[in-house]
Amino acid sequence: MSNEKILTSRGDIIRYYTYRIILAGLVIIAVVWIALPFIMTILYALADPAQYYDPHVIIPTSYTLKHVNQLLILGAYQATINSVIVALITIGFSFLIGLPAGYAFARYRFRGKDSLKLFIVALRMFPMMVIAVPLLVLYFKLGLADTLVGIGLAHTSMALPFVILITSSIIAGVRVDYEEAAMVFGLSRIGAFFRVTLPLALPGLTAAAIFTFIMSWNEVFIAAVLSFQNRTLPAFILNLIAGSTDFIKFAGAFIMVIPALIFVFIAGKYLVRMWGITLK
Amino acid sequence: MTRKSGESIPLSIKISNYVPYLLLLPTLAYMLFFIGYPLVEGVALAFFDEQGHFTWANVNYLLYDPGSLFWDALKYTILLAAVIIPIQVSVAFGLALLFNAKFPGKNLALYTVILPLTISDVAAGLIWYVMLGQYGFFNKLLMDLGVISHPIIFFGIKNMEFLAIVMTEVWRATAIVFVIIFAGLQMISHEYYEAAEVFGATTWQRFRYIIFPLLLPSLQAALIIRTLFAFQIFGVVWTLAGRDIPVLAGEAYYAQTTLLRPGVAALYALIIAALSVSVGAIYIKFFKAKYLEAGM
Amino acid sequence: MVDVHLRGIVKKFGHTIALRGIDLDVEDGEFVVLLGPSGCGKTTTLRIIAGLEKPTKGKVIFGNRDVTYLPPRERNISMVFQSYAVWPHMKVYDNIAFPLKIKKVPKEEIDRKVKWAAELLQISDLLDRYPHQLSGGQRQRVAVARAIVVEPQVLLMDEPLSNLDALLRVKMRSELKKLQRRIKVTTIYVTHDQVEAMTMGDRIAVMKDGKIMQIGTPTEIYHKPANMFVAGFIGSPQMNFIDVTVSEEADGLSLVSEDFKIKLPPDIAELVKQYTGKTLVMGIRPEHIYPEGFAPSNVKRTVKISGVVDFVEALGSDTIIHLNTGSRIIVVKASGTYHTNIGEKLNVELGLDKIHIFRKDTEEAIL
Repeated sequence: MSNEKILTSRGDIIRYYTYRIILAGLVIIAVVWIALPFIMTILYALADPAQYYDPHVIIPTSYTLKHVNQLLILGAYQATINSVIVALITIGFSFLIGLPAGYAFARYRFRGKDSLKLFIVALRMFPMMVIAVPLLVLYFKLGLADTLVGIGLAHTSMALPFVILITSSIIAGVRVDYEEAAMVFGLSRIGAFFRVTLPLALPGLTAAAIFTFIMSWNEVFIAAVLSFQNRTLPAFILNLIAGSTDFIKFAGAFIMVIPALIFVFIAGKYLVRMWGITLK
Repeated sequence: MTRKSGESIPLSIKISNYVPYLLLLPTLAYMLFFIGYPLVEGVALAFFDEQGHFTWANVNYLLYDPGSLFWDALKYTILLAAVIIPIQVSVAFGLALLFNAKFPGKNLALYTVILPLTISDVAAGLIWYVMLGQYGFFNKLLMDLGVISHPIIFFGIKNMEFLAIVMTEVWRATAIVFVIIFAGLQMISHEYYEAAEVFGATTWQRFRYIIFPLLLPSLQAALIIRTLFAFQIFGVVWTLAGRDIPVLAGEAYYAQTTLLRPGVAALYALIIAALSVSVGAIYIKFFKAKYLEAGM
Repeated sequence: MVDVHLRGIVKKFGHTIALRGIDLDVEDGEFVVLLGPSGCGKTTTLRIIAGLEKPTKGKVIFGNRDVTYLPPRERNISMVFQSYAVWPHMKVYDNIAFPLKIKKVPKEEIDRKVKWAAELLQISDLLDRYPHQLSGGQRQRVAVARAIVVEPQVLLMDEPLSNLDALLRVKMRSELKKLQRRIKVTTIYVTHDQVEAMTMGDRIAVMKDGKIMQIGTPTEIYHKPANMFVAGFIGSPQMNFIDVTVSEEADGLSLVSEDFKIKLPPDIAELVKQYTGKTLVMGIRPEHIYPEGFAPSNVKRTVKISGVVDFVEALGSDTIIHLNTGSRIIVVKASGTYHTNIGEKLNVELGLDKIHIFRKDTEEAIL
């Protein structure tokens, strides 16, 4: 609105520009505050050690992939693959189990719905790290200890409440009329879901999958407790850093940050909305 | 006039009444197995020995063993929450108001601000380890500008580590609070402010009487979520300070992986759970009226 | 094509009762309108016929087949939704072809039928577009084309015109009606708009609170409303309702109110005789009240009332006069050329052949 306001007096003009300048200043401060640590981490992780230890070189000019390579060889490469596998297992299980529940919440009225939904909402805030230690005891019995499936299953219970709430909100966003029209014109309810609702919900569900991926990818406590050899990336790095050089730590930060940048780049808009839905 | 209708309803229709429950069944079964059972098993681990006899051994270890940092862990967990949360909520609130204005490049700025949401707490800890190290960007910049003559040492000194953790957590998790408040702010129709503007409300009055009350539910939600997550603080502390600054989750991890005492680890986990549940309950009771009115 | 019968349909949602026993017979090829205010259960009735809801009690019968518990896809029906429900991820062609594809109709036949339906609805040049590239009216045509392409036994329409602007609505009204005559499909049409109902329906079922208040042709519904609800719901402005007492005098029965006394002719007197001394409600439509001297020549029996003009709405084609008789306001619909001013004294004539009489307690029509 203020853009279109007709500025009449000198005072108004000055006030308007002061406001714009303060606004711009604050935005720049916020952006720099968040972005600078990312940028500096990437630069320092790749910096030549000689330059890093030179107090007068703030922004390095000479770079090397040596430390990142070293970390990858130490096991970060395998750990990254493990992380991806665990995240995919988590997405698979949590959607397989959570999508029907999300559909039920979005499309049906039934007795106990409100309390069940409230239960899911509450569960989302429950500290899931609690299950890690007892789960390990169970996993030893089941032969799931130190397996990626085991971690994936544990991550599924962490992701499930979120997946249910997100998918229910996404499915509720697809008009029920579309589904009913498909049923009138010859499909069963399941057929209508797969032929009409699912394609329409796909962009949202993809974003939800990315969201789930990020949750699993970033989780460290459960993963660290449930694994000894087959570690995910954060668990691997958590375990490694205690006795390693600064450069290995920097390289660890670098490897973990890069996917985040990619995620925000491809799904930023959806992610803001997801967090809005699930955290409310 | 017709037969009793109950008899003529086909079985398939009767079953169809249970469809939503069938759809929810896998979820409930999964949660029972992966959350319910571990909780019970956790109690068993913490309070029973291997022969199944009740034991105070783990509790005694926690309270009286010289190696136990339980009281410190409890103190630091609560202290960190008490310091970090007010800063996060105020910064996030300011950011949300800032992003409610229109300016060029807004989306890019928005994506940047939420970037920390996509990284793990371990990564966040390491990023600030890079920033705050003796040869880190922070020290180099201040020395180059002539603000300081010797680098500020953060790591290895308890109070400075505490400060580093606070800085990292504010940087990392303010985005979560921001997203909640921002989502709430965007749901407030612009017509509300415009109506207030038409009736001659000043900027402050619009904030005080329109935006703030409508935003209160979001603020409360953010506060609950942030507080509960704060009790689970782990990765950032572990990477920046190790056990110099003990926290509950860190002690659980230490007991499990280094001491190899799952009973103690399980006890810590139960304490975190109990703390979360009771604080959550207090918050909800405290906020209940307005929280429910807002339909959340 | 097929005839449709509803037998004692009851529908409960939890503790709320949406339908309280609906009986309806729709003949083969007939166009029946379900008309009523929002919340009267008309859409629920339609959804039960479609199979999208199952009744709590009662039967839905198509021809001689009991379809009560069949899913929608086994009923050989079609439906036009209020929101149109034109699938946004399919082009217009695919939207119309979809029902045929599901039924595994050969490709060439699908093509022929889609083109036939598109032709009929004048959307042939839109087949290649996505729904978001269409206007509301065009989307509505796509929804209708999709509904008729399968040659359904029963066509269901749920307020299909309510999202269109006024002009387009009038145009589509006649087009839909013509289309239905042409393909002779049994049609059940839900609306809250009485003009739509009157102009389109072969018969109208007026609903209220989960019950059918009256079923009849538009003429019957208008001229012989079965109760005060139907009488008041149909017609605009609303029918005037005036409390009257039946009084017996030397020369026969009269209806008496503060403003007038109507001496009843023997045929009507016979009907109300049993209510002598009791209060009834007399109804008369505004269009059957005339400013003095303006009654058409075929209106013979009238009774005069005088009052003061309280308010005038000049609509162009008609002039609506609110006349204050001292004890009530009576609404009069005069010709648009008639002119009067607020505050003027005015005498009007009530056409006695057009009055309705209702019981005050049950609101049922006596006449």
